Amino acid sequence: MDLLSFARGPALTFAMAIFVIGVLWRLIGVLSLPAWRDDSPPRKGAPPAWLSALQAILGKMIPHKTFLKEGMFTTVNGYVFHIGLAICVFAFAPHILFLKSLFGFDWPALPNGLIYAAGVITAGSLLAALVYRLANPVMKLISRGNDYISWTLTFLPVVTGLAASSHIGARYETLLALHILSICVFLIWFPFGKLMHAFLFVFSRGATGIRFGRRGAQL
Amino acid sequence: MTAKTTASGVAYDMQGDKPDLARRDAAMQTFVRDFAKTAAIHMESCVRCGMCATACQYYVTTGDPKYTPINKLKPFEQAYHRHVGPFAPLYRLLGLGSNVGIEMLQEWESLLFDACSLCGRCTLACPMGIDISELIKEARHGMYTAGLVPDRLELMDRTAKAWGSPATPADDFADIIHDAGEENDVPVNIDLPKADYVITTAPAELTEHTKALTDIAKILNKIGVSWTYSTEGFEASNIGYINGDLDLQEKMTRKMIDNALQIGAHTLILPECGHAYGAARWEAARWYGKPIPLRIIHMTEFLGELVTTGKIKLKPIGETTTFHDPCQLVRRGGVTQAPRDVLKALGLELKELEDHGSLGWCCGGGGGVVSNTRADPLRFKAFELKKKQVEDTGAEHFVTACGQCRITLTLGAKKFKWDKKVESLLELVADHLVD
Repeated sequence: MDLLSFARGPALTFAMAIFVIGVLWRLIGVLSLPAWRDDSPPRKGAPPAWLSALQAILGKMIPHKTFLKEGMFTTVNGYVFHIGLAICVFAFAPHILFLKSLFGFDWPALPNGLIYAAGVITAGSLLAALVYRLANPVMKLISRGNDYISWTLTFLPVVTGLAASSHIGARYETLLALHILSICVFLIWFPFGKLMHAFLFVFSRGATGIRFGRRGAQL
Repeated sequence: MTAKTTASGVAYDMQGDKPDLARRDAAMQTFVRDFAKTAAIHMESCVRCGMCATACQYYVTTGDPKYTPINKLKPFEQAYHRHVGPFAPLYRLLGLGSNVGIEMLQEWESLLFDACSLCGRCTLACPMGIDISELIKEARHGMYTAGLVPDRLELMDRTAKAWGSPATPADDFADIIHDAGEENDVPVNIDLPKADYVITTAPAELTEHTKALTDIAKILNKIGVSWTYSTEGFEASNIGYINGDLDLQEKMTRKMIDNALQIGAHTLILPECGHAYGAARWEAARWYGKPIPLRIIHMTEFLGELVTTGKIKLKPIGETTTFHDPCQLVRRGGVTQAPRDVLKALGLELKELEDHGSLGWCCGGGGGVVSNTRADPLRFKAFELKKKQVEDTGAEHFVTACGQCRITLTLGAKKFKWDKKVESLLELVADHLVD
């Protein structure tokens, strides 16, 4: 079995299994913990819990203006690499073909040139995030190994993807195999580190939304 | 009680004579003991973006990264991951994150108690919606059990246990009420066997703001309802809530509510105190164990209702004012409009602070910080933020609705020789009642 067959076959299957089982394990592990029953009477006119949660999930997409004075870079750069990653993952024709093989449906792709540009911008944005993490005293202090591992494993699929699509550095088959293997490692790490925020943000924002909504407080 | 400093020169206090390891384990175990779903979700969700720093008055005014709110939880990350998180067995198996020693907890004591007023502004800044302030309150539970809280706060804790209040022995309460009544020439009710309204107090009213005791009496007499103060359950500022002493929090909650129910009250009015509102309005049912058949309402909400329903009329002042939003009342309590309704009824033109309402800066003294003298330098730093924003409004009056905020801001004004009186909303209402 050559490297590409290994990457596409057993490696990817194993990685996806760990991803699914790990994500479910972590979510169920947290969500099955007992909750404090809140018997305090809600404020008159308080929205129902589901609406408070939804408002928080959507509302926290945009920071309050006052926090942007110091948090502008984090916010804007965060948007850049999240949107860039979403474009690269979900709008590139070969990725859509792969996802169709998993889920059975597809959607239109963006032109390859645009995807390439998004990939370059994403890589640049991720590098900027890393430099900021290493240079800013607050970021440096609060960063853990988790942050650097998660950064590396997000960055690798982007650069190997760019290398594969531009045929730079090695044979295409080798580059593609490395790209897929980097995704495998990303998927295996995903449930254990902070990449899980892609799922957790819904629950985290929602829970505070419910708490604040009951009180009639603004989040 | 012993005042000491860590090897890196950070002051800490320590109570009791537990060995270091037992202390460390007590802190960790208590932190995770009552861990519920929301706290666990929040411990899982941090993406280490640092946005919370931009919201914290102690970070913003000092520029010291150690005051970043999420950093204040560092020793407790380990406890969570090793004992509660979904991968706890893995953490223990691999020996991950077991580097918290007693020295670290001693160092973190000041971050959790001196450099956090539980104001919750960080919660609003967190893009993941993590209620960091609530997690810090959980961490304080651990610190209390470990005997690692500032001596001044522990002293208040012991006093509250012995006296029923951190401010005054319950035996003296009736005298304080009578004296205030005589001094201000307002008829007062104390220990009536039955009443519809029970009025509670916080230390600020029993010490520096005794006029507030008769201000509310004057208003209640005016609207002609049956009301009383009560020696058995007068203390609403729940020091257990602030210190992390859960047994005391439950005891004080039950005492106040059982007493009001025994009197047959339908409404318990909380004083102008922010933490009293958090403890009694939003957490009491948790400690009471069931829904409470009693309306618990903050003084400001009560005043808001009286003016909006026309039950009281006020003489217009006709000047400008700004308003300091007490964090527990507004940001974490949702009472944003009521104080503004009252100011309007007073004929005061409101000039809002640059950051106001749920985004207002803390006075700097909440969460026990004002009582913890060790934190004075930090508190005064935080005060400078508020001072500047108040000056920028150019308002003639500076009003708030929390006695502890008022004390904190007055201390700040005194320190900086700032000629600005911090006024109480309740006092303004009582002084401008139309006869």
